[in-house]
Amino acid sequence: MTAVADTPSKGLLSRPGASSGWTSWLTTVDHKKIGIMYFAAALIFFLVGGLEALLMRAQLSTANASVLSADAYNQLFTMHGLTMIFFAIMPMSAAFFNYLLPLMIGARDVAFPRLNALSLWVFIAAGIFLYSSWLFGGAPDTTWVNYAPVQEVGPDPAGLTLGGDHDQRMLFYSLGLQIAGIASLASAINLIVTVLNMRAPGLTFMRMPVFVWMSLVVQFLILFAMPVIGVALWQLMFDVGFDGNFFRVDAGGQPILWQHLFWLFGHPEVYILILPAFGIVSEILPTFARKPLFGYAAIVFSGIAIGFMGWGVWAHHMFTSGLGPVANAAFGLSTMFIAVPTGIKIFNWVGTMWGGRMRFSPPMLFAIGLVAMFTIGGLSGVTHAVVPSDAQQHDTYYVVAHFHYVLFGGAIFGLFAGVYYWFPKAFGKFLNDRLGKTHFWLQLIGFNLAFGPQHVLGLNGMPRRYYTYPSGMGWDMWNMVSTIGAFIIALSVLIFVVNLVKSVRSGEQADADPWDARTIEWLSASPPPPHNYDEVPVVTSRDEAWHRKYAGGGGEVPRPVPAGASADHAEHGEEHHGEHIHMPDPSYWPLILAAGLPLAAWGVVTGLWALSGIGLGIVLLSAFGWAMEPESEPEPHAESEHA
Amino acid sequence: MATDTESAAPGAGTNFGVPNEKMGMWAFLGSECLFFGAFISVYVLYLGGTGDGPGPAIFDIPFTSVSTFVLLMSSLAMVMALAAIQDGDMRRFRTWTLGTALMGLTFLSGQVYEYTVFVEEGMGLTTSAFSTAFFVLTSFHGVHVSIGVLMLGALWFMSFTGRIDTSQRSQTAVENIGLYWHFVDIIWILIFTVVYLIPVDLLT
Repeated sequence: MTAVADTPSKGLLSRPGASSGWTSWLTTVDHKKIGIMYFAAALIFFLVGGLEALLMRAQLSTANASVLSADAYNQLFTMHGLTMIFFAIMPMSAAFFNYLLPLMIGARDVAFPRLNALSLWVFIAAGIFLYSSWLFGGAPDTTWVNYAPVQEVGPDPAGLTLGGDHDQRMLFYSLGLQIAGIASLASAINLIVTVLNMRAPGLTFMRMPVFVWMSLVVQFLILFAMPVIGVALWQLMFDVGFDGNFFRVDAGGQPILWQHLFWLFGHPEVYILILPAFGIVSEILPTFARKPLFGYAAIVFSGIAIGFMGWGVWAHHMFTSGLGPVANAAFGLSTMFIAVPTGIKIFNWVGTMWGGRMRFSPPMLFAIGLVAMFTIGGLSGVTHAVVPSDAQQHDTYYVVAHFHYVLFGGAIFGLFAGVYYWFPKAFGKFLNDRLGKTHFWLQLIGFNLAFGPQHVLGLNGMPRRYYTYPSGMGWDMWNMVSTIGAFIIALSVLIFVVNLVKSVRSGEQADADPWDARTIEWLSASPPPPHNYDEVPVVTSRDEAWHRKYAGGGGEVPRPVPAGASADHAEHGEEHHGEHIHMPDPSYWPLILAAGLPLAAWGVVTGLWALSGIGLGIVLLSAFGWAMEPESEPEPHAESEHA
Repeated sequence: MATDTESAAPGAGTNFGVPNEKMGMWAFLGSECLFFGAFISVYVLYLGGTGDGPGPAIFDIPFTSVSTFVLLMSSLAMVMALAAIQDGDMRRFRTWTLGTALMGLTFLSGQVYEYTVFVEEGMGLTTSAFSTAFFVLTSFHGVHVSIGVLMLGALWFMSFTGRIDTSQRSQTAVENIGLYWHFVDIIWILIFTVVYLIPVDLLT
């Protein structure tokens, strides 16, 4: 940062200099600060999405309730799905990728630090844009899967009860997700390069922590799934915004095309949501069972297998759309087959715990919670693979129960496990143990009360996505139980938030390695310095930290590696000490560029093309400013032109 | 600026010996394959969905062949530009970079002309599922070419300010933009073959 003064500024804006205070967070390119901001933003979206769920459960608690109108209910369940998937679970996983991957592989930062900041701000811009739809007369209301042709005509084609401009709601859906997709794509490219190219000396692929492996698989899934949903979203935009004909039968289009494109993205997306949690659990179980991970190679390769097979099962979402018996049979079989690698993981986790000296701290409780709850969700998933059975369950609450068991019981439990596990690393303080255990037990009970009964409701024929139901169907009691469960979950999450605030302020101090853990991020201080490691560790073992503590390893000569991307300093034999390590400088451009995207999208929604022009102008100008930005030390820059 | 990187081999110190920027570009292009793959598939799917509007017979193969040839030659110019900066000859680099961008612009104006002819002959974006698929596919390719032209223009401009010089990093940047440019070119070869050249009855 001091070197800025030596280099005459040639950019449109000079590099910001603040390293503390709120402006330093807006312009930071530090992967750890970005990870914390990802988490904070995702937590806010998680709370909003949870509030939407509570409103829906209040409406459904009794028959013929009138808490919400049909229109409000449609908007809420659509936004609940979009929020939880794209703005809560995905970015919360991204928080872990950002914070942990460079630390776990012994890198100073990600490959493209400014691109990393861009991903964060674009994701937040997408969330603000999508939620601004309520200021423009209504949010998307035709489910998160948004099938054609209902996306074009709306849930009330005759206009009997609902008002509002439905095309506009669809433009918010299309452009909001499009912008969020840009953030995920940029992040995927960044992290793929980081993991493949920036591992510490000795950290071979088969020594990488399982979390790094699962993250890498997820980045490849994002890389190839996002363009597919991108295409579908552009088609939707052209249809509703510009009178295109992609999904219009009368002009030669085929509505089923949407379902194929959506689920070709949507099924890999399921693994994008769950694999990070699988990675987190694979780190926590060995640490708290005091045993190395059982079947490391099997877990890694089954994760990779899921990454490949996840592309061949999408039509199991479409068994009732008339694909024909051959396609149904093929996709039914592939769906049963993909349960195998997931089962392998479950058995290996159980094998890891078997005979271990278990410590039941909050991270371990949540990790075991995932193993148990995800198994239930996985088994109900296998029942969907049986085509005739699926035809009965389709569009009932049984499906809602299934995917909440895998996404809440799986992904959310896993992410909470990760929060309790790595919070001491990020803040140097523990989350309160007693509040954490209360959180876990309340959440486990509330979760099973909320979603367990929905299996019964679904098998008794209660359809999903209906805003109300008549009494006398045998659904009343279980709906009330489900609503009570939802409010217990809310209470548990409230306890978590209180715990978070209390512990950030005055939590019990934690040292660098409070859990006696196995991976190298625990060799750095808690919280880690901006440059992560004074000396990058040389890795000689899969459980490197345990190896050093208990097998007398770690005498290898560390090799200095400079900031950011390359080892060119090291190649020149320069000496590096903690205070002399150059880290990439902060930048205004990621924030400015991200602000241009929702402006352009608002222009499309409102038809104010001048606004779109201004937005795109900001994007182009900041891309140019980004490329021209002066640097105080060598760092990668070429990504800017393509970001 | 960046004096200590000039002598280092590209990608030195990385696990794969490939510069991070280059690996990132390859990953991005991998993603783009699915983007265009989906749009091309949709186009083939909708070949029969012409409604009352014109079908693939409307295409003028000789005209588009000429603009395709110009785009192909721009890839050659891009190779020359990269060779020039690797030789350290900035004057030659500027000429070839500008030439690449101008050929890209020529291709784009050919596309605009072609669109106006189609609209005059009664095929617009909203005519049929076929026409929507055609215009959206080819115009997204056009957007990619435009972004390429902007990046080439930026390279040309920055070669005067000194931001692009003969350093290893500048060479990697040029190589990356070249990768992008060649990719967009290859995608056009695919689109030209599928949309214009292969007779419809072979595809349906």
